[in-house]
This record gives sequence, structure tokens and C-alpha cells, in this order.
Amino acid sequence: MYSFELSEEQKMLIDAINRYASSDLRLKAHDADEENQFAESIVEKGWELGFLQASIPEQYGGFGERSAVTGVLAAEEFAWGDMAGALAVMTPGLYVTPILLGGSEDQKLELIPPVIEAEWQPYTAALIEPYYDFDPNDLRTTASLNGDGYTLKGKKAYVPYAAEASAMIVYANLDGLTQGFVVPAGTPGLEIGEREKLMGIDAYPLYKVSLNDVHLPTSSRLGGSAGHDFAPILDSARVTMAAMAVGVSRAAFEYARDYAKDRDVFGVKVAQKQSIAFMLAEMATEIEAIRLLNWEAAWMQDQGKEEASKHAYLALTGAIDMAMMVTDRAVQILGGHGYIREHPVELWMRNGRGIAILTGLAVI
Amino acid sequence: MIDFEVPKPIAQQRVALQTVAENMMRPVSRYFDEHEHEVPWDYINFMNMAMRAMGAGYLAPREEKKNGDKPKEKRPPIGYQSLAFMLESLSWGDVGLYLVTPGGGLGAAAVEATGTPEQKKKFLARFSEDKPTFGAMAMTEPQAGSDTSAIRTTAVLDRQNNEWILNGEKIFVTGGHKSLELSDGLVVVWATIDPSAGRAGMRPFVVEAGTPGVKVTKMEHKLGIRASDTVSIVLQDARLPFENILGSPEVEAKTTRGFKGAMATFDATRPLVAATGIGVARATLELLKELLEQQGVHIRYGLPRQKLTSIEKDFIDMEVMLHSAWLLVIKAVWMADNRKHNPLEASMSKVRAGDVVTKITQKAVEIMGPLGYSRDHLLEKWFRDAKITDIYEGTGQINRLIVARNILDYSGRELR
Repeated sequence: MYSFELSEEQKMLIDAINRYASSDLRLKAHDADEENQFAESIVEKGWELGFLQASIPEQYGGFGERSAVTGVLAAEEFAWGDMAGALAVMTPGLYVTPILLGGSEDQKLELIPPVIEAEWQPYTAALIEPYYDFDPNDLRTTASLNGDGYTLKGKKAYVPYAAEASAMIVYANLDGLTQGFVVPAGTPGLEIGEREKLMGIDAYPLYKVSLNDVHLPTSSRLGGSAGHDFAPILDSARVTMAAMAVGVSRAAFEYARDYAKDRDVFGVKVAQKQSIAFMLAEMATEIEAIRLLNWEAAWMQDQGKEEASKHAYLALTGAIDMAMMVTDRAVQILGGHGYIREHPVELWMRNGRGIAILTGLAVI
Repeated sequence: MIDFEVPKPIAQQRVALQTVAENMMRPVSRYFDEHEHEVPWDYINFMNMAMRAMGAGYLAPREEKKNGDKPKEKRPPIGYQSLAFMLESLSWGDVGLYLVTPGGGLGAAAVEATGTPEQKKKFLARFSEDKPTFGAMAMTEPQAGSDTSAIRTTAVLDRQNNEWILNGEKIFVTGGHKSLELSDGLVVVWATIDPSAGRAGMRPFVVEAGTPGVKVTKMEHKLGIRASDTVSIVLQDARLPFENILGSPEVEAKTTRGFKGAMATFDATRPLVAATGIGVARATLELLKELLEQQGVHIRYGLPRQKLTSIEKDFIDMEVMLHSAWLLVIKAVWMADNRKHNPLEASMSKVRAGDVVTKITQKAVEIMGPLGYSRDHLLEKWFRDAKITDIYEGTGQINRLIVARNILDYSGRELR
């Protein structure tokens, strides 16, 4: 039976995130972008909303169940405030959620509670690699069976908080399959490189990482020696990024709409010109269409539908184009003012381009 | 709670309609495209029988039956959702043939949206008769297309005989010939009771087949949907009983109720029209996939765009367009079922459907090259059929205007 209404709990959660996103993330987004960081206190405040904690069952230290639908609602709302801030708050999920989805029972019991029961800490994951045709299902970083464990070799890019993280999940190609490995900080051969300087999301600290024959015990592989299915993790990463695209686009749309309603041109408001009004109408339609596509993809994950992976891929594909189209138009509608960093639309346009590149920087 | 499960009754209905589409529509699709104005009686008679058996009929869900003593467990209403699925399935078969499906069509939808309970009873009963019966809606005039407030057809009340006298010309009436000349159907004609009042003067009137002074004057030749007749109707001192004016008793007062009635009809029918376009586009994508596979091309999902071929990228983008547009339709009809005000969502679904079904059908012809352009296959026909989606029931531009006014909170005067 179709329904497009949020549950009461979802509404409460989204309201809480919205307050945080508007009073904290949005207000600080500009300075954070210029200074390349958010204050720890802001990240901690977002963490205390308990979004990740609520998606982890009690036996692992949380107080709820994972729902991809709730996850995409939350990710949209955080990203509506600021994408870099949203990614920062959600960083520990990069470590916890894949363990929840692919880990053995022992790994879940051992690794999840210390992260979930504490204050925000930089636990992270390394998926993206520095190649134009980076493909999460065909990684260049390799894992090979070596005596009583695995040896990891390769280059990673865009690894959040790598310099401070206590541990990270490194994804590597094991005989053609993408598998996750838990790598504690300080493991010999794990080399943290310089901080990335990107076009957008610059308030989010990302690092280059090299794996120079990193030797790991069998128990470090997600799911133990039997391994795990990477698809649910990738599906989650895709709908999360698509949800962030919706959040960023909604922010840009609203800002452009309000600006166009406020500014005079030739004796009327800018928004009273059809050329602008139609752009806004198309932006709103596009956002709503992709939001629904992504909700359905997330719902399919929760229901364990066979088509879930394909639909997560379709949703992200649509979200990539939607984010670029909407954020570009927001800048265009503001004209010269859109190009000035005093207005946030240029930041959203830079972040909007990132949707195509940043899959793997958040999971829900 | 957010849910995307297709309701069971709809899923079952869908299987039945797929059979109809495959066996009663596809085999004659090309024939009726090439024999414009020939009437597909086999299909019409079959559908009349089948739809009566199914209890379906016109473009609006039936009122819930009142059940004697014990009210059944309340289920969420799915009437409009069911219709959207039905229209999508039939249009997957052939949208031109779907348009000549007996039942009330847009005429019944207008009666349903604006009529009193007595009027609904009186005018809609004919669509459940043994003989196939048709309904249509007449809005457009030679000088008034999208700007419906410029309508010139007049309705003057003859108080002595308690009759309305209608004069004017209507064009582009879908199914008008079948409604007035091939069956005892009806056409809902929008006319003004006060030409100086603009929109405030507009009222819907039920013009029944056989009314003296009503004449079908022209049958158009079209780019596509050729199985469906599109006609001009001239009303010359056509006299109607007083009660054929749709709506409540105070219809004579100068309010914008009439125009709002027209718009309420569109809120209900726009997502349904969008659904028909989506049926055509789905048919296109499915055939495209099949033809590509015959040539050894298989679409790979899950790869970064950098690794996709151009055809794969196009195909995947088309799937995104199609499915996201379909979900907008579903949301709009779900809102209608749940009595939520949906003009924004209705127009959004129409905007997006109009865009994507034209893009998809045009791209498919290009991708299949000489095969796509050839009448050996149906791709070129669907290209022609799909285009109407972006035109009728409000062009893409008119629907953009409605979306824009809604999101900007502007009146028609503020955003012209």
C-alpha cells in the first residue's frame, strides 16, 4: 500500500535535525568552508541528536533498528544545513554501519559499542581511489591471502579524518570481490598522506592514504574468513549520497526562490519573469522526482527487495544530474551575486558537483 | 509510514490488463495508426464487456458502496491509484486505442469532479450500459487554448422554458465523435454565463448525444494517437434542461466556482494523463532493450558513468527519467485518494511526464537508427503518440506556470 507520510518518530527526528541544520550547520557553513573545519563542539552536537545510535540494536550499544528510509530522510536534512557538516557528523557511521551490515557477530559485539556508546570520535573508512574511472566494484587496491592473514596494497583518496582516526575500514579487491578490512591506526604499512584540497566540502578533512603491504589477521576481514557481501554497503552509500544531493539541492532551490521573490527587476520581482519562474518550477519538480526515486530505493533495501541495488544505482544516477542542474541554476538565478562567496549558492554548486565523486563518504 | 508496495488489488488488475494490452491492442496497433478514423469496434466491444465485468468504467473512482449494517474494516482508498495503473497498462498496449476505451473518459471525470450526487447518478449511469458509451470534455475553442478564461461559447438562461441555450464552437474534443454520434454519450461543454466576467462566468454543461443544434463538424488528422477521434463541435442554439449545468444550486451566482471546477477536474486528470504517456515510454524502453539485446547489446548496471557505453548511459538515464516521473504520478494520485489538495503535485507529474516521454521516445528512435525510423517497428509510432502527452490536458508550459505559482505563492495576476 503506497504511502508518502513519515512516521511520528521520523517526523520528530527530522524536526530535531532541521533545527540543528539551520541553527548550527547553516550558520557556520561559510566560515567552516573558508577555515577548512567545523568546530568540534558543532560536530558533537550533531552526534548527540542520536541518529546513528538509533539505528544500532541494543546488543551493540544502540537503541533502535537500522532503517535506510529513516537514513535518507536524515541525510537529506543534515545536508540541507551543510554537506561538509553532514558528512562530519555522520563519519563514525562509515565504520559502524558496514560492520553492522557485513560483520560477524563477534566483530559487531567487539567493535560497535566503543564507538556508539561514546562521544563523537573519528572512526572512518577508505573506499575511493585516485583514478578517473574509480569503480567501487573493481578496486585497484588489492588484498591477498598471505599465510595466516591478508596483505593489502594500494592507494586510497578522500579518506575522512584519516590522520586522527583510531581505526578505519579499508576496502580492497580480493579475487575480484570488494571486501572490507578493519585496520587500526598505527598498523605498519598504513601511511597517512597529505590532506586533500578539493573544489568543495573543504570543511571536511580528507586525506590520501597508502597501503604499503599492510599485513592483517584473518579476523580483520568483515564477516571473518567467510567475508561479506559488499552490495548492501554500496547500496547504502549510494542512497545516502543521493539523499545529500536532495538536501543540497533543496537548500539551493529555496535560497534562489526567496532571492527571486525579493529582488526587483524592470518594475516587478525577478520571480515574476517566466524565464526565472520556469527554472524554479523545473528545479522543484526535479528535486521531488529524485527524492521519491531515492525513497523507493531505500525502502527496497529495508524490504530486502531483489531490485534494491539497481534502484540505488538509478537513484544516485538521477541525483548526480539533479544536484548539478539545481545548484547551477541557483547560481544563475542570483546572477552576479550568485558568484560572490557572500551568498551560499556558489558553495552549494561546488558541493553539488561532488555528488558524482563522493559516493562512499557516508553510509546510513 | 513511507511505503512503495503496489496494493494487491492493483497488482492483480495489472496482470489482467497486460493480457488485454498484448492480445487486444498490440496486434492492431499499426493497423489503426494507418487507418485513421476507422473505428476499432472489436477492441471497443471487448473492453465494454470486460470493464463492466471488472466494475471499472470512467476516469474517476466510484463512490464507496454503502454497506448495510456492519462497516468493513477501513482500507485506505486506492481508486485513483488503481486508475493510474490501469491507464498506464492500457497505454503500454496502445495509447490511441486506450483513448477510445468506452466509458466516460474526461467527460465523466468532469461530472465526477463538479456534479451534485443527483447529477452523477443521472449522467454516469449510461456508462454501465450494455452498449459501449463514450464521454468527452470540450474546453478548447479556436481562439482560446490554454487561456480558458477567454472562452466565448455562451450559455444563456431561457427562464420561461427553464432551459440553457448554448452557442459557440469547440475544437480538439477527444472522443467527441464517439460521444455524440456513435453512442448515446455526452460531452461536458465549458461555456460562459457572463462573457464580461472572465473566469468567474465559466460553467460546465452536460450536452447529451441527440441534442438538437449540436453538430460534429470536423475530424482532425493528427501526428499520432490516430485511433482516437479529435473533433470540432458547433453548438447552434442548442437547448439543454436547466439541471444540465453541473454543480450546486447557486451556480448562477457570479463566483469563480466554475473555473475552480475546471481546475479541480484537471487536478484529478493530469496525473492520469501523465500515466498514459508513461505507458508509452515504458513500452518504448522495453522494446528498445529487446531490440538491442537481439543485436548483442546488454545494459550493465552499477558501473561508474566513465565505464558505460553511450547507449548504456542513455538507456540508464531514460530509466531514471521514466521511473521518477512515474513516482510523481503515484504520489499525485495517492494524494487525490487521500483527499489531499494536490494541484502542485498533479502539475509536477504532468510537467515531468511530458518531458521524459518525449525525450525517451525520441532517443529510442535515434538509438535504433534505420530500425527505429522504420514503420516495421512501433518505435516511430510511439514517438508520434508520446508527443501529445506534453500538449493536452495543459501543455508543459501551462503546467510549469501552475507549479511556479504554487511554489512561489503567486496568483495568476502576479505570475502571468
